[in-house]
Amino acid sequence: MDDLIIAGEKFSSRLIMGTGGAPSLEVLDQALAASGTELTTVAMRRLDPAARGSVLDVLRERDIKVLPNTAGCFTAGEAVLTARLAREALGTNWVKLEVIADERTLLPDPIETFDAAERLVAEGFVVLPYIGDDPALARRLEQAGCAAVMPLGAPIGSGLGIRNPHNIELIVEAASVPVILDAGIGTASDAAQAMELGCDAVLLATAVTRAQRPDLMAAAMKAAVVAGRLARQAGRIPRRRYAEASSPMTP
Amino acid sequence: MDVIVGAGVVGLSIAWRLARDGRPVTVVDPAPATGASHAAAGMLAPVSEVTYTEGPLLRLGVASLRRWPSFAADLAADAGLAAADSGFTPAGPDSGTFGGRAGPGFTPAGTDGGFGISAQARAGLDLRADGTLDVAFGADDLAALDELAAYMDKLGLRVERLTGRECRRLEPMLAPSVRGGLLAPGDAWVDPRRVTAALLAALDRLGVPLVRARAGGLLREGDRVTGVRLAYPGDAEPGGPPELGADRVILAAGVWSTELADVPVRPVKGQIMRLRSPQPLLSRCVRGTVHGSPVYLVPRGDGELVVGATQEELGFDTRVTAGGLYELLRDARELVPGVTELEVADVVAGLRPGTPDNLPLIGPSGTPGLFLATGHHRGGVLLAPLTAALVSGAVAADTADTAGGAAMPAVPGAAVPSVPGAAGGAAGTVGGSTEADGSGRSVADAVLGDEGELADLCSPERFREIS
Repeated sequence: MDDLIIAGEKFSSRLIMGTGGAPSLEVLDQALAASGTELTTVAMRRLDPAARGSVLDVLRERDIKVLPNTAGCFTAGEAVLTARLAREALGTNWVKLEVIADERTLLPDPIETFDAAERLVAEGFVVLPYIGDDPALARRLEQAGCAAVMPLGAPIGSGLGIRNPHNIELIVEAASVPVILDAGIGTASDAAQAMELGCDAVLLATAVTRAQRPDLMAAAMKAAVVAGRLARQAGRIPRRRYAEASSPMTP
Repeated sequence: MDVIVGAGVVGLSIAWRLARDGRPVTVVDPAPATGASHAAAGMLAPVSEVTYTEGPLLRLGVASLRRWPSFAADLAADAGLAAADSGFTPAGPDSGTFGGRAGPGFTPAGTDGGFGISAQARAGLDLRADGTLDVAFGADDLAALDELAAYMDKLGLRVERLTGRECRRLEPMLAPSVRGGLLAPGDAWVDPRRVTAALLAALDRLGVPLVRARAGGLLREGDRVTGVRLAYPGDAEPGGPPELGADRVILAAGVWSTELADVPVRPVKGQIMRLRSPQPLLSRCVRGTVHGSPVYLVPRGDGELVVGATQEELGFDTRVTAGGLYELLRDARELVPGVTELEVADVVAGLRPGTPDNLPLIGPSGTPGLFLATGHHRGGVLLAPLTAALVSGAVAADTADTAGGAAMPAVPGAAVPSVPGAAGGAAGTVGGSTEADGSGRSVADAVLGDEGELADLCSPERFREIS
């Protein structure tokens, strides 16, 4: 599989993991190992970066790049502050920008997200914004200087899969930065579908951490992302109404 | 002499158990019973807490829950707690003399739903076994509850699936929006503050010294740990010796165990709130998931209602925050709207000692002379009886080993086992051989019997290759 490149940095895995929802650090560690991920997002507001034995240690041990996120923020102001704290604490200027509109749906707030993205780009951050499946907003965020766009497939933790594949395709068509399908993945076929639609990577957490066997599901997701990417590159056949014999009917 | 570092529910339970085994022990803690045990809600709920991948933790929890009734009955007796519902007043010394009870067959007066809670344990420790009710609101929560029920069924756990109305018949103060629930009838709870107070009283009556000092470091001779260095709080005149020699140091200081040894334990902060109600709002533990965030309410016999608890990975931070309390109240109110009428009695944050696999570290550390009993995470109160038994077994095995084939030192008439399979008594029968019965089993196997497997689950050995 070809490399994923975000802001000039290469990753051989196209599966980005989240850490939320794991029953224990050991289960998380095994799942991350099985996923083959090289980039994993961590909620900075629920973590002391200096504490020993935290999820950050698990990532360091596995040599996985940390992508701090601003989960739990409701305003651009909070998100910018959280990103700055993360940069200071972790020494990375990468941030997954997540500004939530309400607790019930955890849908991203497009206006606050855009506002925060502009400010963070101006401060030199590599910004990866989590957004709805809105092609217009995706394009505006790219123009504002974001390093990638991360449209959702469905609400966080819902496992509903990709509810509007058409919009994801439209986002992919227009984007010249990586498109990362973020949120909504329920099982391996969802991840494969995201890649078949042309996404450059998939970000997921709950589908793995809350599975009955997280390590097994992580391995499934790894394989699905590879399969979907290869299928995208191979080019699928057109859909037909009627059969077309695969072996010649006439001698 | 053995030195136990840490006077929380785990350290005190070990000290009490070893003292009952007839071993000389000393407990070291600058501020007994003020750490995680002080914050804990005291749910003894291994069944309703079960989640995927946590099968081993369930086994430990169930095994320890089984020990709780006799543990509590013995403790209430040793601490001199009265059977009458008169709160926490020690009775006269004759009410329960040490070593004077029958062992395994002991049936306490006044039982509770087949769980066998003695009247003293109920009145004095607020030990109750009326079950946990796990409730759900929306269709999503309900589906999650069904999945949990299916998993519990697969594990052979006894739970009852209830409709919303059935839930509210059991607990009328529940919100009308409750759509269904799971009742784990065997789950219990206890007041951890009363437990630690009773343990301190029992130790006092058994003459176990409690040194109010911080263990500042371990004393070593060669590769062996031989005691602890003591640091006294404040810069006043040291109130005691600068160090304590020990045959064994048992590290039971929760998350602060990391100050003395390299153990894979991290602080997991929990904020918890105690509300006071004139009439009890609930008759059993109620828990629920409110839009994905879990909350529980534990009723106390004295009308207190405990609401818990956050789980935050913020290092050694025990600040009570606005956001933490807001989340607790927001979710508790969703379950039981009436909570907003109650008086706030107490808010506190404690640090759970979390391990990478959520299982505790109990047993020989690998360093001679140093034993571990830490990393109990959310289960210190539940796992205290089992932990005490496992440490007792490990100490007995160690005594037999270090005695190098000599008979165990005679125990002055006090080693009366009170729990089935008690290791102190069993070790006495080993008769000084390091082979228990000639079948090649080690003393530890013989002593622990079916506890062996549980001990393996908690063995610090499992992290040796990692750290």
